[in-house]
Parts: sequence; C-alpha cells; structure tokens
Amino acid sequence: MTTQVADVEHGHENGHGPATGITRWLFTTNHKDIGTMYLIFSLVMLFIGGSMAFVIRAELFQPGLQLVEPAFFNQMITMHGLIMVFGAVMPAFVGLANWMIPMMIGAPDMALPRLNNLSFWILPFAFTMMMSTLFMDGGGPNFGWTFYAPLSTTYAPPSTTFFILAIHMMGASSIMGAINVVVTIVNMRAPGMTYMKMPMFCWTWLITAFLLIAVMPVLAGVVTMMLMDIHFGTSFFDAGGGGDPVLFQHVFWFFGHPEVYIMILPSFGVVSEVIPTFARKKLFGYHSMVYAIVAIAVLSFVVWAHHMFTVGMPLAGEIFFMYTTMLIAVPTGVKIFNWVSTMFRGSMTFETPMLYAIAFVILFTIGGLSGIMLALAPVDFVYHDTYFVVAHFHYVLVPGAIFGIFAAVYYWLPKWSGKMYDESLAKFHFWVSFIGLNLTFFPMHFVGLAGMPRRIPDYPLQFADFNMIVSIGAFMFGTSQLIFVYVLIKTLRSGEKAPQRPWEGAEGLEWTVPSPAPYHTFATPPKVD
Amino acid sequence: MDTHQEYYVPQQSHWPIVAAFGIFLTLGGLGMTLSDMQQQKDMGFSLGVFLLGAVVMAYMFAGWFGNVIRESHDGLYSDQLSGSFRRGMGWFIFSEVMFFAAFFGVLFYVRVLSIPWLGGEGDKGISHMLWPDFVAQWPLLLNPDPEHFKAPDGIIDPWHIPLLNTILLVASSFTLTFAHNALKVGNRAKVKLFMVITLALGFTFLGFQVFEYIEAYKHLNLTLETGVYASTFFLLTGFHGAHVTVGSIILLVIFVRVLKGHFSAENHFAFEAGSWYWHFVDVVWLCLFLLVYVF
Amino acid sequence: MLQNVRILSVLFALFPAIAWSEWEVNMTRGVTDTSAAVFDLHMIVFYICVAISVVVFGVMFWSIYHHRKSKGAESHPFHESTSIEILWTIVPTIILIIILVPATKTLVESYDTSESDMDIQVTGYQWKWRYKYIGQDVDFFSVMTTPSDEIYNKADKNPNYLLEVDNPLVVPINKKIRFLFTSNDVIHAWWVPALALKKDAIPGFINESFTKINKPGIYRGQCAELCGKDHGFMPIVIKAVPEEEYIAWLDERKSLKEKEASASQKDWTMEELMAKGEQVYNKSCSACHQPTGVGLPPVFPALKGSAIALGPMDDHLDIVFNGKSGTGMSGFGEQLSAVDLAAVVTYERNAWGNNVGDILLPADVEKMKGGK
Ligand code: HEA
Ligand code: HEA
Ligand code: HEC
Ligand code: CUA
Ligand SMILES: [Cu+2]
Repeated sequence: MTTQVADVEHGHENGHGPATGITRWLFTTNHKDIGTMYLIFSLVMLFIGGSMAFVIRAELFQPGLQLVEPAFFNQMITMHGLIMVFGAVMPAFVGLANWMIPMMIGAPDMALPRLNNLSFWILPFAFTMMMSTLFMDGGGPNFGWTFYAPLSTTYAPPSTTFFILAIHMMGASSIMGAINVVVTIVNMRAPGMTYMKMPMFCWTWLITAFLLIAVMPVLAGVVTMMLMDIHFGTSFFDAGGGGDPVLFQHVFWFFGHPEVYIMILPSFGVVSEVIPTFARKKLFGYHSMVYAIVAIAVLSFVVWAHHMFTVGMPLAGEIFFMYTTMLIAVPTGVKIFNWVSTMFRGSMTFETPMLYAIAFVILFTIGGLSGIMLALAPVDFVYHDTYFVVAHFHYVLVPGAIFGIFAAVYYWLPKWSGKMYDESLAKFHFWVSFIGLNLTFFPMHFVGLAGMPRRIPDYPLQFADFNMIVSIGAFMFGTSQLIFVYVLIKTLRSGEKAPQRPWEGAEGLEWTVPSPAPYHTFATPPKVD
Repeated sequence: MDTHQEYYVPQQSHWPIVAAFGIFLTLGGLGMTLSDMQQQKDMGFSLGVFLLGAVVMAYMFAGWFGNVIRESHDGLYSDQLSGSFRRGMGWFIFSEVMFFAAFFGVLFYVRVLSIPWLGGEGDKGISHMLWPDFVAQWPLLLNPDPEHFKAPDGIIDPWHIPLLNTILLVASSFTLTFAHNALKVGNRAKVKLFMVITLALGFTFLGFQVFEYIEAYKHLNLTLETGVYASTFFLLTGFHGAHVTVGSIILLVIFVRVLKGHFSAENHFAFEAGSWYWHFVDVVWLCLFLLVYVF
Repeated sequence: MLQNVRILSVLFALFPAIAWSEWEVNMTRGVTDTSAAVFDLHMIVFYICVAISVVVFGVMFWSIYHHRKSKGAESHPFHESTSIEILWTIVPTIILIIILVPATKTLVESYDTSESDMDIQVTGYQWKWRYKYIGQDVDFFSVMTTPSDEIYNKADKNPNYLLEVDNPLVVPINKKIRFLFTSNDVIHAWWVPALALKKDAIPGFINESFTKINKPGIYRGQCAELCGKDHGFMPIVIKAVPEEEYIAWLDERKSLKEKEASASQKDWTMEELMAKGEQVYNKSCSACHQPTGVGLPPVFPALKGSAIALGPMDDHLDIVFNGKSGTGMSGFGEQLSAVDLAAVVTYERNAWGNNVGDILLPADVEKMKGGK
C-alpha cells in the first residue's frame, strides 16, 4: 500500500485558523480540536475510573472491611466499569478517529463537522449526570456495569433513573460519532484511495463504527425497558407478568459482546500501523487482515450468550454459543500471526510505540487465550463470575485497548504537537506500566481458579496473599500513569521540534504534511496511486 | 470525484453546544420528574426544567436547520456534501431499525420462550412449579402472578382500527411518493396537494392511535401494568407512534418550506430524507400490524 | 529488548514455585465425576493455550532478537503468502475441533438431570439460602455466621472466615441429587467449586442441575452473582455424609419442629424476649436495617422511630411476617420460629429509643402461623 502523494497543496481556501479563547473549543467544527477534546476527556476519565479502581484495590488489599462499606464498594465497581468502558476507552478511540481518519484518507475534515462537535459535547453532560448519582439519596448505581434486572429495576436505588438517561445520552453521542466516521470514510476518501488501499486504522474504525450503529440502539432499547419497568409498571423482566429477567441479559449482551470488540478493533488498527513502521516492512497479509476484521465483526453478533452459560439456557443454546465463540479465535489468530510475520525478517527498532505494540500482541494473546478457555461452556460453569473472568477482560482491555491507545498517542504525538516526546522517559513509563500491569492482573487468574468470586468487598482467607500482590501491582500501574501525564506536559512545553516524518519506516498521508499538522489539512484532496 | 469540488467545512457554530445543553436539560428534567413521581413529591420544578429543555431544543432545531437551509441556498453545498448528508441519514435510519429490532426480539423471546416455559412447556417447563395456575397463551389474558399483574379484559381487535390504520399509513407512503415525483418534474401544485393528503393521513393515523389507547385503557383494562402482553404492545406501538409524530412534524416543516418555494427539482435533500423516514416508519408499522396485532 | 525477555523469564520462573496442581492457584479437581471431567478439560485447554503461546511468542522473540536494525537486519519485502495464510486458518480450526469434542460431551452429560434419587429446591434470598428437601417436609434457611467483629477486624479471623453458616446443606454421598434453583428476589448463583456446579437462581423461573458426590466431607462455596449489598456474605456449606448419617439427620430435623412448638407455649417475659430479639435481629435483620436500627435510607428504611415500629402491633407483625413483595423485605413468617418472630418484633418496638412498651407473645404468632 504505497501511498504516493502527487499533489500536496495546503491551500487554505476557507483559510480560518483556530479561533481564540474558550469559544474555540465550545463552538469548534475542526476535527483536530474535537479530537483533542475527546482525548483529554478520556484521560480525565481514565484517572477518575482509575481512582475508583484504587478504592477497590485498597479495600481488597486485605481480608475484612477496612475502608468502605459493601454498599459503596458495589457503587465503585459499577462506576469503575462504566467509566472505563464508556468514558475512557470509547472516547479515546473516537478522539483518535477524529484526528487521524481525515488525515489518513486525505479529507479536509470529518464529513459532518457540526454533528461531530455535538457528539463530543454530549459526553461531559452525560458523565456529569452519571457521576452525580453517587451523591444522590441511596447512592449511585450498585448493580455492576452489566446492570442485570431485577437488581437494577425493582431493587435499584432511586438514582437509577438518572443512570438510564445518562446511558441514553452516551448512546446518542456514540451513534452520531459513528455515523460521522462511516460517512467520512465512505464519502471523503481522496481520489485514488480505494478501500483496499486504505490504512488499516481506517478499516478497523469503519467496522467499529458499523458495530456501534448496530448495537448502541439496542442498549438504548434495553435501558428504556428498564425505565418502563421501574416507573410505569411494565413487566418485561418480571416473571409475575410473563416477562423474564434473563431476557434482559440477552438484550444487554447482544449489545455487550459487540461492544467489547468495539473496544479492541481500533487498537488492532493502531498496532497494524505501528508494527510495519518500526519493522520497516509492509503489513503482512493486508487483505486477510481486512477479511479477519469483517469476520470478527460478523461473528460478534452471534456469540452473546457466552456471558450467560450459567443462566440455564437450553442445551442447544449452550452448544451453539460455545461453538460460535470458539470460532472467533480463527480470524483473531490470523491477525496475531500476521503481526508476527510482519516483524519476521523486518528491520526492527524499538521506540516506545513499538514497545507498546509488542506488549499488546503478547498480552492480548494471553487475554484472548483465556477467553477461549472461558468459551468452553462446561468449564465456564467454574470460571464464570470469578476473578478468572476479571483477569481475562483486564488482559484484553488494559494491555489491549489502553496499550493500543498509548501506542497511538506516542506514535502520532509528534504529528499532533509538532514536538518529540522524551524517549527515555516514555520507555520508563512503558516498563513500569508493563510490570505493574502484569503484577496486577496475572495473579487474578490464580485467585479466580482457586474460587474467588468477583464483585465482593471481602474474601475468605486463602485468597489473601495474591490479593495483596494484585493491589500492590495496581498501585504501581496506576501511579505510573502520572509519568504519562508528565511526558505529555513535558513534550508540549519543551519537546524538541519534530520533523514531518519522525519515524523512518512510516508510510501514509499523515506523514506528508508538516508537524504539527496544519489546522486544515487537505483542503485540496491529495492524489493517491 | 475527479473534478475537484470544494467541500464546505462550516465555520464555528454554537448550535451543537446549545443542543448538548438542551439534551441535558430535557433528560435531566425528565429524570427529576420521574423521580418526583416515584416519591410522590411535587413535580412543578422538575417539569419546569424539562419544559425549559424542550424550549431550548426547539430553539436549537429551528436555528441549526435554519442555518443549514441558508447555507444550502447560498450554494455552499457540493455534490459530495450532499452525499454525506444522504449517507448520514441512511445510517441514522439503520440505527433506528436496530432500535425496533431489539423490541421485536423481545416480543419473539417472550412469546416463543418465556411464556411457554412459565406455562410448563419446553426446556424450562419445570418453572411451572412456581406458577401452578398459569396457562401459556398469547395474547396473555391471565398472568402468572394475577395478584400483582391483573390481566387485561381483552385486546384490540386487529380488523378494526389497526387495519384502517394500516391502510392509512400505506396510502400515505404512496401519496408522499406522488408528491416526490411531482417535485422532480417541477409540478408544485401537485406537490402541495399530495403533501396535504399525506399529512392528513398521518394525523388521522395518530388520532386513531390515541383513540385506540383510550379504548384500551377505558374499556379493556389493557394498561401498562397488565403484564407482558400489554408491555410489548405499548412498547412497540408507542415507539412507533412517537416516530410517526416526529415524521409528521418533519413533513409539516417540509410542507411549509414547499409553500415558501424552497426545493428545486434537482436539489431537495430535506424532502427526500423526510420521505425516507416516513417510508421506514411505514415498514415498521407493517411488521407491527402483523406481529403485534394479527398473529 | 533483552529487558523484555528478562522480565518474562522472571515471570515464567515463578511458575514452578507456584505448583499448578495445588488448590490455591489452580482449579480444584473436586469430588464428583463432573468436576473431574471439567478439571481435565480445563487442563487440556490450558496446555493447548500454553503450547500456542510458546509457538507464537517463540517466533516473535526470535525475530525480535535476530531481525533488529541494530544487528544490521535488513527488511525483506515479502508481505503476502496465500498458502501460509490458509494454513494458519486451518490449523487453529483443527485445534478448536479437538477441544470441542470432549467439551461437548461433558456439557451434554452435565445437562442430564433425569433419574435423580432425591430433589432439593434451592431458593436464593437477599443474602441467605433456603433449602427445601422435596417430599421430606424439611425446609430451612442457611445464613452466614461469621461475626461482624471478624469482618470489621476487631477480632481474629477464623479459618472458615466468610465460609460458615448456621445450617449447612446435608446430603448423602453416591446419590444423584437434583437441584431446583430459583430465587425470591434478585438473581443469585449457587456455586460450590468442589462440585463444579454453578447455576443462577432466577426469580420466577427454575433451573435444574444435578450432582453426585463421591467423597464425604464439608464443601464450601459462595454466591456468584452480584445480588446487592451483601453479595459477598452469602456462603454455601454443604456436608456430604454416608447415607445412614443422612437419614439420622433427617429425623433429627423433623423432630426440631416439635421442640419449637413447645417453646412458644412457654410464658415469655419482656427481658427474655428482648434478649432473644436482639440475637435474632442481629442475625436476620441488621444486614439491612443496621444494628442500630437506622437503616440505609431510602432503600432500607430506618426502624428507629419508624411509623410501623411505633404503630399498631398487627401492622408491624404483618410486614415482618409477610414481607413486602418487590422490595428487599421478604416475609419472615416461614424463616423464623414463632419465638424468634415474637422476640424480634418486641425488640424492634423497644430498642434504640423505640419505647412502645408492649410485647408480642410467641403464642400469638403461632396463631398467625396456624392461620396461614
Ligand atoms: C476488548 C475486549 C474483549 C475482547 C477482545 C474479548 C475477547 C474474547 N472474549 Fe471476552 N470479555 C470481555 C472483553 C473482551 N473479550 C469482557 C469485558 C468480559 C466480561 C464482561 C463482564 O461480565 O463484566 C468478557 C467475558 C468473556 C466471557 C464470559 C465469561 C464469563 O462471564 O463467564 C467469555 C466466554 O466465552 C469470553 C470469551 C472471549 C473470547 C473467546 C474472545 C476472543 O475474541 C479472543 C480471541 C483471541 C485469541 C484466541 C488469541 C489469539 C489467537 C491465536 C493465537 C490463534 C490460535 C488460538 C487458538 C486455536 C485457540 N469473554
Ligand atoms: C477499559 C476498561 C478498564 C480498565 C482500563 C480497567 C482498569 C483497572 N481495573 Fe477494572 N474493570 C473494568 C474495566 C476496566 N478496568 C470492568 C468493565 C470491570 C467490571 C465491573 C463490574 O464488575 O461491573 C472492572 C472490574 C475491576 C475489578 C473487579 C471488581 C470486582 O469484581 O469486585 C478490579 C479489581 O481489582 C479492577 C481493577 C482495575 C485496576 C487496578 C485497573 C488499573 O488498570 C487502573 C489503573 C489506574 C489508572 C490508570 C489511573 C491512575 C490514577 C492515579 C494515578 C490516581 C491519581 C488520582 C487522582 C488524580 C485523583 N477492575
Ligand atoms: C434484605 C433486606 C432486609 C432484611 C434482611 C430485613 N428487612 Fe425489613 N425492610 C426491608 C425493606 C427494603 C423494607 C421497606 C419495604 C417498603 O418499601 O415498604 C423493610 C421494611 C421493614 C419494616 C417496615 C418499616 C417501615 O417503616 O416501613 C419493618 C418493621 C421491618 N422491615 C422489619 C424487619 C425485621 C424484623 C427483619 C428481620 C427479621 C427485617 N426487617 C429484615 C429490607 C429488609
Ligand atoms: Cu446472592 Cu450474590
Ligand atoms: Cu463476549
């Protein structure tokens, strides 16, 4: 996929630069401004969600109740899950999409710039509403991020109403954001940029956006039914009126499983950009990479009930969902093997983005393999709702989604800011994170197998040792993110000037424009052949 | 796409943030109202917030769309941009399809799985032990727990108002297409005529729907509290009705714009978007008529 | 990159130290045929996963080491090979099929609940379990007994901390026991690792499962589905005994009822009722209404100064006896003996500054029990 740019002309026909003052951010229609706001928002959310993880880990440091009451502990795990998923990971990906997609496909901006701004600005309001529930009478949502009925309906605290409406807002934001991405990619590619020449990051986001448009409305539907059960006496999730609590889970996971791929596909995209760059070699098997993403997305619609192996589904259902779930390993494996083959016989250097990408490949594979173990229904009868599951999903989410984001930030930061980050400090951040992360999440496998249920504020004595290690790891990993913030600030304040193409092996349109990228990039589309 | 056209990137706009704030006020007010209702508190203030939000939203819609219309008039929009609008609308309708699909999925699950199980049939028929007096049936005229969920006395007969409504809505889809065709050949009188007919059909549909709900509540005891049959019935018809209402408002606005002389034979995207939406609502109704009322 | 390798080798060096077969780091093999099958399956996939990791990471580290620019490696332009890509689509598929055969077999077997020797209905309540031996007239609740002093670190924790209950589930070994799981309020999950049995208890529906225990012993588990505030505090203790012992236990259980009945005929004084009531309250009620009666409003109302606790006796008894559906307040009429009910109601009316001054006699509660 050599993209040669015949005509790089940065005419500023509607040549406005950024406005000054606060209105630049409030009223902006510029994809770069909006991308920046998304990224900052997500960083703030990462810290809020991470602080909640600190509370969880501090309470679990030792057996017994020390810091918080069980009622509050449940609010913490719920908010931690929700904030990390909807506040940290998803907005970060949308931020990356905003920054990079127009630049990668040679478009002047996102297709629908005003809608883009709306998608962002809904989020601060939505999270204000959601976090305000913590201060309401009876506390915030305390039923886990999966909010199973009837704990989340009949038995829920009064603040649940606001939780539901906040979810509606986030859903609306995601759908609008996703529509924007799809339309941009489909309609705004520069002449000559065919689908099969598109950078892999754009491909992953195209599919992600499709997943978002398909499943966010389903989430909206399920919370709407909750709202009706709570306030209008309907009985969707109440057997007394002919409904079924398990129905809630089916609808939720129909959203929920594609959602987990929404949280990983863009990271796949980032890694597919970073590895070829630092291996100085083209991505191995571009076509099969594309087909693999499509296959993962399609399969993700028919595996949802693997989260529900213990709800007592009929045998045929268990078997169906076990088989389809296992099948996902095949396209995912193709991706892993292709990344490894890209490195194979390359000429590798190991700058920070590459370190993150390599850690991603290793640790995501570990998480994916534990996913395969979970997919075996009879064994999941033991794993389900233990820390083994917690270990699985943190391995795919933290070194998966979060490391993907870190890789992207270090990779493109020179392009965004025009400054180079401090390489040795960044490497330090990587190593502390890497060790801290494994110290946190690896022992969770052991306590899970040994029988520790998840979502408990206190645990029997035989789990004490490992939990202490986990908590120490968590403090280490969390604190190391302060290094990240420091690296960012240092880059912006005193980083060296970055060249147009700071990475020797980097290809793609974004490297054909100066660093920092001009406020309006491709007013005239570049030609790609 | 070879010949390069300028893609219009709007200057700064304050409408998005007004919209975000409006949504916040509206939903916040709604949440407060519902909470007050639940705790039987006075809800004057909460309703006020909600209404304020609604006003902000109305102001925002008027302003934002006014802006877009003006830009379109000024010829700022290229073909490529109109492609973006089209695709955006298309994907938006797809998201709506998924919204309704979830509800139809719920209907399917309840009818095919949970009700038979509760009534002692199928793989989880043993659940019947908990509800010995319950008999699986659809429509559900006896609930598993009649003490808390009194069943409705009857259901809406599909062959009266619903059938009539089906005819009305299908007809309106046709008349809207006639209006569209007339617009394409520039026959504006005909456009106006068929728009009026379409609107009349739409509002009649809504009127009948309201009548049907009154009937359900007053005479059939078919209310939200009467078990899952009623829950799915009101969920599907209610959200459909809400969509017809939105669709009618869109068509009304478009009609006013037609009267004002907007739209040309080649360039009338708002008209098309409105009519796509209307057709979508129509298709949902057909599924609904069959699956909710008839079978 | 050396560093990377070093870190990983340290991690892997940890493995032998943490012996994999020990209970603390690995799944238990359990005491039933199902749990053994599940354990074997778990080990098979685990080793397959390890093998896959070794191959994938092996190739990767090999290229990281040899194909680095600092060693003068030059990049080779190959970037596509249909045959090799087909190969690594097919090989994983075959591996998956190999795993799925035994998995399907174990799954099908675990679903066969027919021909059971005995049936037990297990009902989850916010934060206790109820066991009903179908056809035996034995029906009791099982509540955690760990004292709150241990939980709040005011006393040393005993070895069965959080895994101890007042009435364990007693079952015979070598019998196929069918469980019928359901719930009274929210979803719970009944889980005993040694049986490899975890099933959700869903309100309004019944889930079936079975077990056949091969070895006598005491097996402990916990609720495995988030069910509210005290989800972490609803353990399961199951005592598997030889059949004779089980039958003896059944008889003893049945005679317990008569003893309870005679106790309620006794004349109880205010002091006796208050003392007994405090015990019952702390065991059954304080989880929600709190030891000091202030509750956790708005979800769990305060009883201190509550209109019901200060109002007419009949209303008070009614809500305790019948509960209130759709709230955490389940009916205690079946859970507690007449004496306990009388004591706890008396206690609530006269504790924490609630000074109604009246008492409820067990005999009166007995009437209500009889009337139902
Ligand atoms: C980014 C998010 C993400 C991703 C990518 C995945 C990926 C996968 N997940 Fe995970 N999962 C979650 C996030 C994610 N998951 C979350 C958040 C939960 C918990 C939700 C909750 O309850 O709160 C969860 C829970 C969860 C469960 C339910 C567990 C339970 O509650 O009992 C299951 C069960 O099947 C499962 C399976 C899988 C599988 C099979 C994959 C596969 O996609 C993995 C595929 C990858 C590989 C297999 C590795 C690479 C492949 C090879 C090297 C090829 C060779 C391999 C073989 C032949 C095996 N996941
Ligand atoms: C992308 C998603 C994501 C991410 C990144 C994380 C990150 C972390 N998570 Fe979690 N987690 C989930 C998604 C995620 N998690 C989900 C979905 C659940 C399930 C919820 C449920 O059961 O419903 C869960 C549940 C969960 C549990 C289980 C709770 C339970 O079942 O009882 C635990 C326990 O250890 C945990 C720990 C952690 C830790 C230690 C981190 C660390 O990686 C966090 C690191 C911290 C930071 C990155 C922030 C740094 C902060 C500071 C340095 C402090 C500075 C403070 C201020 C400035 C105020 N998470
Ligand atoms: C699982 C939680 C839980 C437990 C355990 C519990 N209660 Fe309750 N209780 C509630 C809830 C919730 C209500 C509120 C019901 C309502 O909405 O009216 C309540 C209400 C009451 C009331 C009425 C108070 C009022 O002012 O409305 C009394 C009296 C009462 N409980 C007594 C008891 C007694 C006695 C016990 C123990 C034997 C007990 N409760 C155990 C949850 C619980
Ligand atoms: Cu009961 Cu968790
Ligand atoms: Cu899943």
